[in-house]
Amino acid sequence: MNSSDQGSVHPGRPETIKAVPVRHPGRWAGAAVVAVLAAMLIHALVTNRQFQWDVVNKYLFDSTILHGLGVTLELTFLSMLIGVAGGITLAIMRLSANPVLSSTAWFYIWVFRGTPVLVQLLFWNFLGALWANISIGIPFGPAFWSEPTNKAIPLFVAALLGLGLNEAAYMAEIVRGGIQSVPIGQTEAAHALGMSQFNTMRRIILPQAMRVIIPPTGNETISMLKTTSLVSAISLEELLRAGENIYSRTFQTIPLLVVVSIWYLLMTSILTVGQYYIERHFARGANRVLPPTPFQRLRRLFAGKPVPKIEHDVVPGIEGGGHV
Amino acid sequence: MTDLTKPADARTALMVEAQGVRKSYGHVEVLKGIDLEVRKGEVFVLVGPSGSGKSTFLRCINHLEKINGGLLSVDGELVGYRMKGDRLHELKDREVAQKRRDIGMVFQHFNLFPHMTALENLIEAPVQVKGESKADARERAMALLERVGLADKAKSYPSQLSGGQQQRVAIARALAMKPKLMLFDEPTSALDPELVGDVLDVMRGLAEDGMTMIVVTHEMGFAREVGDALVFMDGGVVVESGNPREVLTNPQHERTRAFLSKVL
Ligand SMILES: Nc1ncnc2c1ncn2[C@@H]1O[C@H](COP(=O)(O)OP(=O)(O)OP(=O)(O)O)[C@@H](O)[C@H]1O
Ligand SMILES: [Mg+2]
Repeated sequence: MNSSDQGSVHPGRPETIKAVPVRHPGRWAGAAVVAVLAAMLIHALVTNRQFQWDVVNKYLFDSTILHGLGVTLELTFLSMLIGVAGGITLAIMRLSANPVLSSTAWFYIWVFRGTPVLVQLLFWNFLGALWANISIGIPFGPAFWSEPTNKAIPLFVAALLGLGLNEAAYMAEIVRGGIQSVPIGQTEAAHALGMSQFNTMRRIILPQAMRVIIPPTGNETISMLKTTSLVSAISLEELLRAGENIYSRTFQTIPLLVVVSIWYLLMTSILTVGQYYIERHFARGANRVLPPTPFQRLRRLFAGKPVPKIEHDVVPGIEGGGHV
Repeated sequence: MTDLTKPADARTALMVEAQGVRKSYGHVEVLKGIDLEVRKGEVFVLVGPSGSGKSTFLRCINHLEKINGGLLSVDGELVGYRMKGDRLHELKDREVAQKRRDIGMVFQHFNLFPHMTALENLIEAPVQVKGESKADARERAMALLERVGLADKAKSYPSQLSGGQQQRVAIARALAMKPKLMLFDEPTSALDPELVGDVLDVMRGLAEDGMTMIVVTHEMGFAREVGDALVFMDGGVVVESGNPREVLTNPQHERTRAFLSKVL
């Protein structure tokens, strides 16, 4: 048993081989074709007057657009919050030994995944037509509090319920897969230590399940960001609706759709980067050494050092597998 | 019902008492009436061929498995049940968990928590289960890691440790709960031969300190040297039991002989 720490000892590398690399004429030809096509596309984008880039520029930071963007972000964030919390709850219900809980969860997932989210949004919006009043009180008994449905569930809340409850059904399946990916030995070890069912789930199972849950959740979030545009159908003024409101006045349809697209693209790009870092955080303990972040790669590239290919290489500056 | 024919002091000297313990999975009976007694401070070795029910019995002791028949008690208290009047009442999950605190278990495949460092593995249960302060738990955890020879690995994740190191951390993790009984289920079977010694050394040290241990193992050298009692199981029953040195050198049953000729 030697006492050296694998994480901090830098193994000596043999000298780098200097050889003439294999030529790839096919790659060059392919690159040339793609470059020409890209140039044609950019040319078309810039010269087609229909895009009206000056109008795009004018409305990119328009207050209506920015307000819509804010609503879209808020909707995305809150519905994902509902989705994740609901998904975890549903997944645990679904895996529970209690048949009432597991079949309830199954039924919920069946309904909410089996109908289009647009239909669900419309339902929440027209809930007032189904039940005129919403009240809180004793089941089947007297009510303590009562409100007209349309007042209790304003447009934003209807949108949130539509998107969030639908998302919960999808997240439930993702979380369930994650929980089931954790070996049974982990539960046994935790139970053998006297940990409660709840703490075992919270401290041992879910953190490990995260590694499986996070990547699809990132995709769900990105997809949610775009799905929020459906809410324009119930005339809540989010990003797309804001654009529509402007072009219905000015008839500058294409440039405003471009404005909206630019914002969606920017937001999804930011989310993609965020997703990368979150995945990296939850990978701790799984790989011997964490892969470098894009910034670390860049830094190292400019410092002229070779970029290590993860796994068994040792990355200087990262304590083996630890937090960064 | 504990055997009332025995004098009281003989019973309080027992850590584990099994009377006719039976366990089935569906229609398959895996334990067919196990009788045995483990005295306090004793190293009790359980051997037997694969599938004989050794793991199952061990898991019954800390109620990871529910027994279907017979009586099983640890330190004078029934496992998983309470006697009220003349009826057995199942314990609540919380009460079962409470009892498991006092019983440490070491698994064949270590089952360390991979998302936590060695140190975090050790302080998790004392903090979460017993409500110890982080500082206290950390201090004791470091002492325990020292004891198993891994103080310098406190900040390593399990994936950065060798199998032998992982198993020693797992033993330290169980000890962090200050158990009165330790269960070992083939703690060295998943290890490369050169790593087995370190783990057995730690177990030997524990035995010297007077820990009550039930050890399922194929390490007959360890059984002979450290064991105080040995039971040979086959097909869900105890075939033979006694002093390890005697049973291993002079087995009385044909099945024991056949088994020992394979593992020795
Ligand atoms: N969860 C289960 N469901 C059904 N059968 C099981 C289950 N667990 C164990 N068994 C069966 O019970 C029998 C005893 O298993 P057990 O794991 O106790 O054996 P063992 O003596 O520990 O063997 P080994 O030396 O291979 O670990 C085996 O035949 C096994 O197939
Ligand atoms: Mg076994």
